Amino acid sequence: MTTAITKVTTHISPNEQLIFERSQTGRIGYRLPALDVDQADLNIPAEFRRDDDLEGMPEVSEVDVIRHFVRMSTWNYSIDIGMYPLGSCTMKYNSRLNERVARIAGFANLHPLSDEQDAQGALQVIYELQQHLAEITGLPGISLQPAAGAHGEMTGIMIIRAFLDARDGADASHRRTMLIPDSAHGTNPASAHLSGFSVKTIRSTAEGLTDLDHLRELCAHGEVAGLMLTNPNTLGLFERNIKQICEIVHEAGGLVYMDGANMNALVGVARPGDMGVDVIHLNLHKTFSTPHGGGGPGCGPCCCTKELEPFLPVPRIIKSSDSSFALDYDQPRSIGRVKAFFGNYGMMLRALAYTLTHGNDGLREATEAAVLNARYVAAGLVEDYDKPFAGSPMHEVVFTDKRQSRKGVHTLDIAKRLIDYGFHPMTIYFPLIVQGAMLIEPTESVGRQELDQFIAAMKSIASEAVENPELVLNAPHDTRIGRLDEAAAARKPVLRWKPSV
Amino acid sequence: MEMLEAMGLGSAEELFDSIPHDLRLQRPLNTPAALSEIELLERFEQMGARNAGARRISFMGGGAYSHYIPTIVDHILSRSEFFTAYTPYQPEISQGTLQTIFEFQTLVCQLTGMEVANASMYDGSTALAEAVLMAERVTKRSKVIASSAAHPQYLEVVRTYVQHAGIHLELANFDEHTGQSWQALAAAIDDSTAALVVQSPNFFGCIEDLAALADAAHAKGALLVVAVTEAMSLGLLKSPGACGADIVVAEGQSFGVPLSFGGPYVGLFATREKYARQIPGRLVGEAYDKNGRRGFVLTLATREQHIRREKATSNICTNEGLIALAATVYLETMGRRGVQEAAQQCAQKAAYAARAITALQGFTLPFTGPFFNEFVVRGPAKAVDLLARLGKEKTIDAGLALSRFISDRPNDFLVCVTETNSRAQIEALVAALSTI
Repeated sequence: MTTAITKVTTHISPNEQLIFERSQTGRIGYRLPALDVDQADLNIPAEFRRDDDLEGMPEVSEVDVIRHFVRMSTWNYSIDIGMYPLGSCTMKYNSRLNERVARIAGFANLHPLSDEQDAQGALQVIYELQQHLAEITGLPGISLQPAAGAHGEMTGIMIIRAFLDARDGADASHRRTMLIPDSAHGTNPASAHLSGFSVKTIRSTAEGLTDLDHLRELCAHGEVAGLMLTNPNTLGLFERNIKQICEIVHEAGGLVYMDGANMNALVGVARPGDMGVDVIHLNLHKTFSTPHGGGGPGCGPCCCTKELEPFLPVPRIIKSSDSSFALDYDQPRSIGRVKAFFGNYGMMLRALAYTLTHGNDGLREATEAAVLNARYVAAGLVEDYDKPFAGSPMHEVVFTDKRQSRKGVHTLDIAKRLIDYGFHPMTIYFPLIVQGAMLIEPTESVGRQELDQFIAAMKSIASEAVENPELVLNAPHDTRIGRLDEAAAARKPVLRWKPSV
Repeated sequence: MEMLEAMGLGSAEELFDSIPHDLRLQRPLNTPAALSEIELLERFEQMGARNAGARRISFMGGGAYSHYIPTIVDHILSRSEFFTAYTPYQPEISQGTLQTIFEFQTLVCQLTGMEVANASMYDGSTALAEAVLMAERVTKRSKVIASSAAHPQYLEVVRTYVQHAGIHLELANFDEHTGQSWQALAAAIDDSTAALVVQSPNFFGCIEDLAALADAAHAKGALLVVAVTEAMSLGLLKSPGACGADIVVAEGQSFGVPLSFGGPYVGLFATREKYARQIPGRLVGEAYDKNGRRGFVLTLATREQHIRREKATSNICTNEGLIALAATVYLETMGRRGVQEAAQQCAQKAAYAARAITALQGFTLPFTGPFFNEFVVRGPAKAVDLLARLGKEKTIDAGLALSRFISDRPNDFLVCVTETNSRAQIEALVAALSTI
């Protein structure tokens, strides 16, 4: 049934056990130099020493390890295989050059507690990247310490809290409500909660934008600490009233936090700082192309106005009058440290390499291509899938399964069927306010030919949903493994391997 | 242009029509023009060359360690299939990542002696902060007593995380003679205590009596949270799980991850099975398809932010996937015997270095507690000056001055020795110290 499909790739599927099932007593895959100091009795008492001989840990050879991981790697889809149109995730190409930069010995071998005089180049990298991000966001105060987007969010919200506490003193205790649109990422309310705020949800309009009347109504009560807004929002639409939104919140005494997950739509085109936003986080692993690595590491810089700068985490990296770089811990109003050392430094190296290889015009071109590609997909699929919002999308576009679900084919099935066509599925069932949402973000890293293939695959699935729904409902047909029973897995979780008795 | 025309657009600028005109940037970004590959590498090589610290013989530890990294670790990490994949939300085409994480979780359980482990946290410091928040959730008590001998930066991170969580954080002071804090922690506990937080080996390198602490904590209905910054110690020391710990967190950088000026590293997080539904972060579990084939999926997602929103166990939404992979490849390559041998070598070489240094006039060990591969040395002069001189004149980073963290210990510095420090290097260190 699947032979007629034009596939980007086939799925190879060698079998491979767990390493623990491959282990053979006595096998080794390493060699250390012989101990070259005089051996002595350690002063560690016996009751502090291991007595289980690390039983159960694998014993394998080097080639066992190589085959093990190479076989497992063939089970993964990746950006390097093809288009990865996950909405809100910005799966763009990860340059090999940036990988090489991150492995330069002068950085890779540098201890984080080295004296600042012995780490001038490393601090320069942080400083320069901060300057680029300040220019891109229009927000001059920056900390690169947060390790991921959610971590940057938490940092930004704690900064808002610290600012309000400093401004209002005891009165700030009445200002503990964070407003969050119903279309927001789940991390937003979770981060607000960590900072001691309760959450009130703002409705979206039928157009897919923040409901200004509802915002005004919620702001009228005086307890609003701030607003967390994604822009373009998670429907891929630019909040064109952003300036007014910021004014309403500011007039009510609150601050505006922008979730920068969708900055790939704005770099070089518009700046949050110019819109009235007070603080934002960026995702270097999205907009600035550092690899996602199967779920991390990320890096979530927090950028804020001059007014909020004293509250950023310590240490700050500053340039002294003699042009040397130094660590500044003397920030009494800082929220404190959010991570040991300086954050995910290796990601900063890659991101700086990204901004430097793109140049100022290249950064804007990438934005244009990302938006153009999303527009192209939107235009290509609008005949076949329900597009719930009429507005022109920015870098991502949302469709639903409304038409297909009449035949019993739902978003999950369409996503799984897309796998048979050689693509990674789009983001599904997010944002939560759109029933059966399919959020598609092609990024700038795909050309027209591949976009056409993707559109053709989606159109083909739309007709299959009518003509042969079973085919879609049972997808994927072509992978090593079928749909897994996730409900059973959660009922009686098996979270680790154990030796069979 | 062709694509623009296909959509009836005249110029790229029209793509941004939904952004009000006055909000659009009317000038080019003020960032540098594009560099070629050759120019870029030259620039970074130059900046890298300004990091003298990366070229020295080093005895620096304190939460980041130089260990041998088998060549195949970076080779596996560099495979597109791993490093350019996303979070494994579509299990049918993500089994490589998922099975790897399942193995990672198992290895973390084996090393820590615990029953369940998650798919990793940002690093050791944030893992500790999350452990403190979890202890409050589990016990519904608000007082947490932490050891003052824990890594100072870890304590700072915990303080930041708990400041709005209604948790009262107290410190129990370490013993000036032994360098240990377990007696003070055990003495400070009361009925309102949610958890005792201890690092072992602690920031001074001293091993704490975890079993005694577990007994003390459990007698009052509190949890014992153990942090490990030097994960290699788990190859030799009794696992925190075997000592009775309830939550164990560790920095996994020692397992195949370069120093890289402090990150990215990987936080290990393990606990008891009964607390599995209180764990922060991702978990991978076994699952089967309808043909009975085994696979792995992200599971127990109802704890997480994308479903529970403000009621989630944490706001975390990533793990440190690629770095967890590095640790997994490392641990499987070194294997059962390699981890033990590397740990033995660390301990033996550190003991050798300590003997040689204390044989010098004017150098002593201020703490008597047993140590693994880090120990505090008290020198005859201000440690900051002494270390700066050794760095400049002998190109040796002899350790960390404690005065950077604790004000009343001007002459003390923390020395770390690993399997990568040869006897010749240790002798060079001792010779250099003898000239001071």
